[in-house]
Formats: sequence, structure tokens, C-alpha cells
Amino acid sequence: MSRDAIVLLGVNHKTTPLAVREKLALSAGYEDPLRSLGQLSLINEYYLLSTCNRVEVLFTCRHVEQAQQLVMTTLFGSAITEGEIDKYVYRYENIEAVEHLFLVAASLDSMIVGEAQILGQLKEAYRYAAKAGSTGFVLNKLLHKSFSVAKRVRTETRIGAHAVSVSYAAVELARKIFGELAGKKVMLVGAGEMAELAAEHLVGQGVEEVVVANRTLQRAVQLARCYNGRAVSLEELVDQLLYVDIIISSTGSPDLILTKKDVRPVMRERRNRPLFFIDIAVPRDLDPAINTLDNVYLYDVDDLMHVVEMNKTERDREAIKAQRIIAEEKLKFGKWLSSIESTPTIIQLRSTIEQHVRFEVEKTMGRIGDMDGAAQQSLEKMIAAITSKVLYPPLHFLKSESHHTSLPERIKTVRELFLLDRNKDDQEMS
Amino acid sequence: MSFLLFQSSLVIYICSTAAYFVFFFTRKTRIRRISRLIFTVAFLVHTANIIVRATETGHTPIVSHHETVTFFSWSVACCYLSFRWRYTVKNLGVFISTLVLALMFVAAFSSRVAIPLPPMMQSWWLPVHASVTLFADGFLAIACIGGIMYLLQERELKQKRFGLFYSRLPSLESLDKLNHHCLSIGFPLYTLGLITGSLWAKQAWGAYWHWDPKETWSLVTWFLYAATVHQRFTVGWRGRRVAILSIIAFLSILFTLWGISFLLEGIHTYVA
Repeated sequence: MSRDAIVLLGVNHKTTPLAVREKLALSAGYEDPLRSLGQLSLINEYYLLSTCNRVEVLFTCRHVEQAQQLVMTTLFGSAITEGEIDKYVYRYENIEAVEHLFLVAASLDSMIVGEAQILGQLKEAYRYAAKAGSTGFVLNKLLHKSFSVAKRVRTETRIGAHAVSVSYAAVELARKIFGELAGKKVMLVGAGEMAELAAEHLVGQGVEEVVVANRTLQRAVQLARCYNGRAVSLEELVDQLLYVDIIISSTGSPDLILTKKDVRPVMRERRNRPLFFIDIAVPRDLDPAINTLDNVYLYDVDDLMHVVEMNKTERDREAIKAQRIIAEEKLKFGKWLSSIESTPTIIQLRSTIEQHVRFEVEKTMGRIGDMDGAAQQSLEKMIAAITSKVLYPPLHFLKSESHHTSLPERIKTVRELFLLDRNKDDQEMS
Repeated sequence: MSFLLFQSSLVIYICSTAAYFVFFFTRKTRIRRISRLIFTVAFLVHTANIIVRATETGHTPIVSHHETVTFFSWSVACCYLSFRWRYTVKNLGVFISTLVLALMFVAAFSSRVAIPLPPMMQSWWLPVHASVTLFADGFLAIACIGGIMYLLQERELKQKRFGLFYSRLPSLESLDKLNHHCLSIGFPLYTLGLITGSLWAKQAWGAYWHWDPKETWSLVTWFLYAATVHQRFTVGWRGRRVAILSIIAFLSILFTLWGISFLLEGIHTYVA
């Protein structure tokens, strides 16, 4: 009678430690899991999403508890214990599932709020599901809606405009100095996690070459290989300043490795093309006085943190706007959902009433099919008019929002009043 | 008629500047589109004003002070629009429209009486010399504005205190490119203006150079720009120093345009 429940099960970076997420990640791609979900008769439509930070499955079904168990065992088998499921896996149903999906798509549930990658991942996952034919009327509508909600959030708020990690703040600053980063070269001095992360971001922005300078050349060569770059020794540092544009320094050296005196002559040779130094070492590697040179910019960890803090407040303000958009869209989608909830009842009601009217008309006038065109037409018109007149009060009752009863209750009332749930024989007898 | 067009273009410029300011603070892309549209409309009305004025007075309308400043602001708008569609510099519009509007106000407050052209001035050199020079001034004005924007942005980046401009102004690189672009067009035009002026002087007064204050200051300005261009293109200066030089040199242009006429007497004074 009523429609299927929409259920969303999942784990993400907030609820679940990486060790568990790793076990659940669908590392082999979507095809096989989608196929095995297709074997289950308990669920109708289904969709899977797996990223580094989350694994989620969305499906529609009649019996939530049974379906959940079946889905979990089908997808993850013995990878996760009963206890772990209870502890980590979150479950959202119906409108909550809708809201959660919107939040994920709009990147409000991401580790880095506002990052743009998630929408692409969502779309890719949907492509697989659509190819497998696993999504239907409800999920298609829901997923398309989530894409457009994400787009709306992106265009109406500035949520994606702010860098909120130290490494990304470095990228943002580099773009304020250099504009486009394509064709620029970056040098990593020493190899730390944060330096690598920053380099990764820069490469993502189209930086042309990565040069790695390290105390032990072997490590430098290893790291350089990751980015298709080249390795140099620490002694060549000053010479390399001629060729690179961005320098990320993170050595464990207790002393300064570069001073203003080293950099000044380089600038003349560079014809004043800007240099951007990022010093994320503690204690610092680079002489703070370097920043006083023309066309040279030096940022240390504290400066970068400052940028991050500033962006965070800005972003939180934008996130509030985004939440409002999602609340709006959730409301709209909820209305659509309840409208499809009453649709089968309305269709059934209409056809029943029409049948009755037609039956009585034909009893009096003879078969409509045998009449001439004009008479047939006017009788059809009459049947339609009586049907909609009779239909009006129950439809009004179903659709009006001022009732104190919930929609399922109202649907039940209408069905009982019009005997819609009696089987065919009973109806004929009435 | 030309006065009516002038006034309406002034009013439209006011609207466009206001819209640009709203965009500057709210950063809503829809408002940017609107302000661009209004600016373009204002420019078209402004163009019509200059054409009508030319037919009314019977000569190129770059003779009185009112006409010169009107043409100057038109050339700034024209230069801006000429490369606007080729590459965008974020939020340049708000600065340009402010400058154009300021110049329009100056023009609005000066006498609109058309000055009859003395016979010896009636020459083809008038439109050539005056318009080339004012177009050069237009490009150099944009170089100056780019310089101001560069200094604002650079200050926030250097001092690591991010305020109003950091997120609103474009990257240093694109501002520097803007300066490069404007100098490499503006300086040759300015040189051409100087040469045509001197040829005209030969035709009108019989000598190429008189050392009257306006000519002298034009030459000083030319040397300032020559130095800027030299430092930029051969020595490899860029960024802050070139920005400062561009601003100083433009102040010298403004002085040539106004300072001379009000402070010193010379044969150019009937113009501007």
C-alpha cells in the first residue's frame, strides 16, 4: 500500500576509526557488490558509495530490519562483527536518509568541509548503479536531487572558497602570488608529512615539476619518484633557487639553512620573478628576514595557521547558509515523497469510482462503444465530470496539510471508507 | 543635445559604479554581470555624446577643458573595455568605473562653452595628436590603477594581515601582467602623441619645440615612463617597484593635464 522505506546505512570518518573503515571499503570496485545486492529480493532499489572517508549503502525496502541484516552480510560478510555494526554503522530512514545524502553531496559531512571531490565520487558511484540498473523511480529522483542541491550550495554559498588545512592554505597563498600554478616548479627541502601533503595539493593544481632536496639523497630519490620529479642534494639548495618558484622547507635542522644573504643575489638573476617560501619546520629553517626582500614571500607555520583560522570562521558562516538550503530542499523532497505515498491510493480510488459510474451509465444507456460519436463524447465527459466531483472531497482530505492526523492515517481512512482493500469478489458483491 | 547625452551618461556611470561597489562587497556574480552591462551602456551613451559634440562644434571635441576631460574618461573606459573581453582582472571594474566617474564629475563642473578654434589650429593634427595622447593616457591610467591594486594586495600578503582586499583582488601575477600590457601599449602611444604634437607645432608655430611648460612636463613624463619601461623590460624590475613608478608617472600626467594650466602660463593653456 504505502511506499517502500528509504534506508541509508554507512560508516564515515566521524563515527568509525580508519582500521574499521579500511575493512569495509569496497576496494574492488562497485560492480561485484552491486551484483550481489541484486540477488536480494528484500530490497528494490539500491546504490553504493565508497570513498576513503566513507562507505554508504542506500536502498529501498519493505522490511527494514531484515533487509539491513541481509545487506550487511551480503556486502561485508565476516569483515565486520555484529558488535561493530551496532557500534559504528549509522542508519537513517526516509527523510533523514534524504537529508544525510544531501549533506554528503554538498560536502558538509566531509572531513574537509566544502571540498569539491565528493560530488564527483557520488556521481561516479551513481553511474555504476545506473549501469547495473539498480536504481529506480525513487532513488533516481533522490540522487539527481542531491546533485542539484550540491550545485545550489556551491553557487549560493562560498563554502568551497576557503582553505582550511595548512597544506591547502599554502596552495591558496601560492595562487594569490602566482595566479595560475601551471608551469611553476616546487622544491621540497626535507621530507615531512605536511610538506608532502602540500606538494600533493600543488601537483593537483598543475605544478610542472617537483624537486626534492634532502640530507640523505636516497630518501630524496624515493620521494622524487612519487611525483616524477628529480632529487638534488642539500648543498645545491641555493643554486636550485634559480629554477624553482615555490620552496617548502621542513628539515629537522636546528639552524637556519637559508638566509637573506643567500636569497638576495638570486633575485637579481631570476629577474625578480617571485619566490614563495613556506617554512613548516620547527625550529624554523628559513631566515624570517627573507620576507623583507622584494618579490619574495615567506610564510611559516604560524602564518599558515593564521590563514586557516581566518578561513574557518568564514567557512562556518557559509556552512550555516548551506544548512538552510539543505533544510529547504529536504522539506521539498519530503513533500514529493509523501505525494508518491498517496499516489497508488488516488489512482485506485479514481478507477474504482469511474468503474462504478460507467457501470451505472451503461446499465441505463446501453454500451457506450455502440453509440455514435457525439453522444459517446458527451457521455464520456459526463463520466469524467461525475468521477472528479466524487473524487474531490477524499483528495482534498488527503492533500490538505491542516489535519491533525498523519498522511498514512489519512490514507488508511480513505481506503477504509471506499473499501479499497477489499478483494475483488467482495467489491463486486457490494 | 550633446549636453543631454553627457548628463545621461554621467547618471548611468553613477549607477554602474554603485553596482560595481555592491559587487565588490557582496561578491555576487549576478551583480557583476549587471554592473558590466550598465557600464557598457554608459560607455555607448558617452560615445554618442562625443560624436554629437563633434558635429555641434564642427571640430574634434578635444579643445576645451570640459571636452578634454570628457574624452580622457571615455578613453579610459574604452581601453578598459578593449581588453576586458580578452582577459579578466578580478574586480578591476570597481576601480576603473570610479576613476571614469571621477573624471566625468570634473568634466561636469567645468565650462561647457565651445571654444571656437583659431585658424592656425584647424589642422588634421588636432584629432591625431589629441586623441592619440589621450588614449595613451587611458592605458597609462589603467597601469596606475593596476599599480595601486598591486600595492594593496602585496601589502596584505607581505604583512600577513588579510583584510578587505586579500580575497577580492586578483593575484599579484595578473596585476603585474596588467601593468606589462598597459605599459607596452601606453608608452608607444604616448611617444607617438609627443611626436605628432611636435610636428603639429612645426606646422602651426614654425618650430618643433617651444619649451613651454606643458611641453616640458610632457617630456618629463615621457622620461619617467621611459625609465619605467626600461627598468621593466631590460633590467627586469617587476612588482612593487614598477607599480610605484607607474603611479608616480601617472601623477605626472595629471599634473601635465591640470597643474600646468592652473599654475603656469603657456601657449597650450587654451587647451585644457
